[in-house]
Amino acid sequence: MIQLLDITRETCPMTFVKVKLKLARMEKGQQLEVILNAGEPLQNVPRSCEEQGYQVLSIDDCGDGKHRIMIQK
Amino acid sequence: MIQEIKSEHKKISIVCFSGDFDKIVAAYTIATGAAATNREVTLFFTFWGLNALKKRQGHSWLGKDFLSRMFNFIMGGRKNLPLSRLNFAGMSPGLMSGMMKKNNVASLEELFEAADALGVRIYACEMAMHILGLKREDLEDSVADVVGVATFLNESEDAHIIFI
Repeated sequence: MIQLLDITRETCPMTFVKVKLKLARMEKGQQLEVILNAGEPLQNVPRSCEEQGYQVLSIDDCGDGKHRIMIQK
Repeated sequence: MIQEIKSEHKKISIVCFSGDFDKIVAAYTIATGAAATNREVTLFFTFWGLNALKKRQGHSWLGKDFLSRMFNFIMGGRKNLPLSRLNFAGMSPGLMSGMMKKNNVASLEELFEAADALGVRIYACEMAMHILGLKREDLEDSVADVVGVATFLNESEDAHIIFI
């Protein structure tokens, strides 16, 4: 099952914190869909996920400056 | 390969010397952001920073003698942390918290909870506790240990050290 996390209303550092804690509670192989804003979250959330050994499957622009990224743990 | 191993263990240590509200927010913002982006984080609380870790979050007579009890009572705990500027006799931290909330910025309590959930390691300075007459049980359970500067430096080997 794909988990969903919307961090568009969060600000630094809770953007990273929420993604990290959500992924920590998931099983290996599960997927997480994250909705985030352009700028700092878009630049750094995918990168920090990859650094932790998770796979960033896709990054899509949803318009309004929001983006959807798919991460596999 | 060596580079890979190193990048897996990026470390940040923050000395929380100041007990100012805004500076503690800054320290916890860096600490939680670093822990969430795969870094090992250690916070070392000393002097006024210890006020943020007291179990009793208001003004209370902690300490072992007259002077330390006066100091601790006047300084208080986490609910009494002053702003480093424009404190207005203690009114400003409340106003600042309101401004933070209005702008969706995490409150100090949320930052403390996040640090706990992310496994940020918290040390309290033995020497400063001695001066202020504080005991281990006066501090929150989130404190991993009461240590001296040598332990802090050992644990911070290869870490970036930030002093706030």
